[in-house]
Amino acid sequence: MNEEIIIAGFGGQGVLSMGKILAYAGMMQQMEVSWMPSYGPEMRGGTANVTVILSDERISSPILNQYDTAILLNQQSLDKFEPSVKPGGILIFDPNGITRPPQRKDIQIHQVEAATEASRMMSSKTFNMIVLGAFLKLKPIVTLENVVHALQDSLPARHHHLIPANEEAIKRGMEIIRKVS
Amino acid sequence: MGQVKLMKGNEAFAEAVIRAGCDAYFGYPITPQSEVLEYLAAQEPHKRTGMVLLQAESEVAAINMVYGAAGTGKRALTSSSSPGISLKQEGISYMVGAELPCLILNVMRGGPGLGTIGPSQADYFQATKGGGHGDYKVIVLAPSSVQEMADFAGLGFELAFKYRNPVLILSDGAIGQMMEKVELSEQQPRTTSFDQSWVTTGKSPDRERNIITSLNLDPSKMELHNRKLQAKFAGMQENEVRYERIDCDDAEYLIVAYGSCARICQKTVKLARQKGIKVGLLRPITLFPYPTKIIQEMTGKIKGILTVELSAGQMVEDVRLAADGKVKVAFYGRMGGTTPAPNEVLGVLEQQFLNS
Repeated sequence: MNEEIIIAGFGGQGVLSMGKILAYAGMMQQMEVSWMPSYGPEMRGGTANVTVILSDERISSPILNQYDTAILLNQQSLDKFEPSVKPGGILIFDPNGITRPPQRKDIQIHQVEAATEASRMMSSKTFNMIVLGAFLKLKPIVTLENVVHALQDSLPARHHHLIPANEEAIKRGMEIIRKVS
Repeated sequence: MGQVKLMKGNEAFAEAVIRAGCDAYFGYPITPQSEVLEYLAAQEPHKRTGMVLLQAESEVAAINMVYGAAGTGKRALTSSSSPGISLKQEGISYMVGAELPCLILNVMRGGPGLGTIGPSQADYFQATKGGGHGDYKVIVLAPSSVQEMADFAGLGFELAFKYRNPVLILSDGAIGQMMEKVELSEQQPRTTSFDQSWVTTGKSPDRERNIITSLNLDPSKMELHNRKLQAKFAGMQENEVRYERIDCDDAEYLIVAYGSCARICQKTVKLARQKGIKVGLLRPITLFPYPTKIIQEMTGKIKGILTVELSAGQMVEDVRLAADGKVKVAFYGRMGGTTPAPNEVLGVLEQQFLNS
């Protein structure tokens, strides 16, 4: 197993922490993991992205320009990374605020209305976990149990009361993901 | 078997420094290495081990605090990124002159000047060819993983005290900022088991005064001192060369790269071998002393070398010196905080060696 993922969106959407939870859960399953964030000016300008690799083997390059899965959460990220999905790969996006939806025919395109769902659930901060759930429905590379463990280990104790809501959001994401093409 | 954690390179280094039994850290924040100071501050190492942690008023102050602490025989370090490391060069030159051990971390960013905060390897010349004034060398370790960021903290202090000379860890923004699994060593005591005969902690009646200085106005004495230093550097060259070879046994072409670039090129090697091109990777771990001999040995067995760096071409000069014109040495570099992708490097390799 070797899964190369890019997660990109606005700063504040929880892009980096979603990647961290995924990497952490992978580590709990004895996988090799890497988490390479954009930390440069783009982060300060409002967009953030992170490359996450989970693998059974030692990871060579943490820096990539082609991905098995792209999780793209705003228009800029979609424009930038749609061409970087490997042929036959997966693109997941949230249609909220998207005016130019993805067009490629040689990849699987899925959408998850995570922003709408998060506001319906009255919990905007679980947005990223809805998206994570959607991804895990398509690629169950880590178990829900290990994701919850990852949340417990990486969140400070004062936020632990939010874990059930996050778990709920992951399950909701698994339900609402939908194949577009 | 130590603890396995998921950490950023900068954080892993900071934790490893505490566990290595370091006595003092002096530094000043700068992206992309600020997590070192942030992590240390959050850990309150003065409570964990009694280690001193101080944010200095500038990089120049920080390196001179390291100078002072090292003069008392303590394990002291500083960290910064490229522009800050430039400011420390005077202090580093003085510490080599005064024969003082210390550890310095440079998490390189794009230059020249303030440049960018993206990863870069454009400080290779500064790190390996002097940096400050005078004939001197520091041992330069180039980590290419979060694990090595942790491992080189302890190793760096060990080498610094073995030679009574500064050791520089030359990392970059990608290695500092990325998270990977890291296995941390157990906490080492903050005791000093090395030769303390030179330290300035108060003179006992039965010996001469210890003087730590880089100043000696008598040129003939200064030449003798230089000869002593040069002998020490020659010893480093004899005994401390470190490198890693990946897929080199049957290689027809060799990529030479260090740090984050070596990680990118590991994937290039995989991609090349999928296409039936026999490529190997030589990753220098010490940049001074440089693995010249192994390149010389391999030169006779290969058809070409591609050196890949996040710079306009600095380490490639050492590769060319080693290859000595016996085989073509091509170069590919990206600058200013940008990084090449693995397939981009493969394209260059094919263009340089296979499409002719």
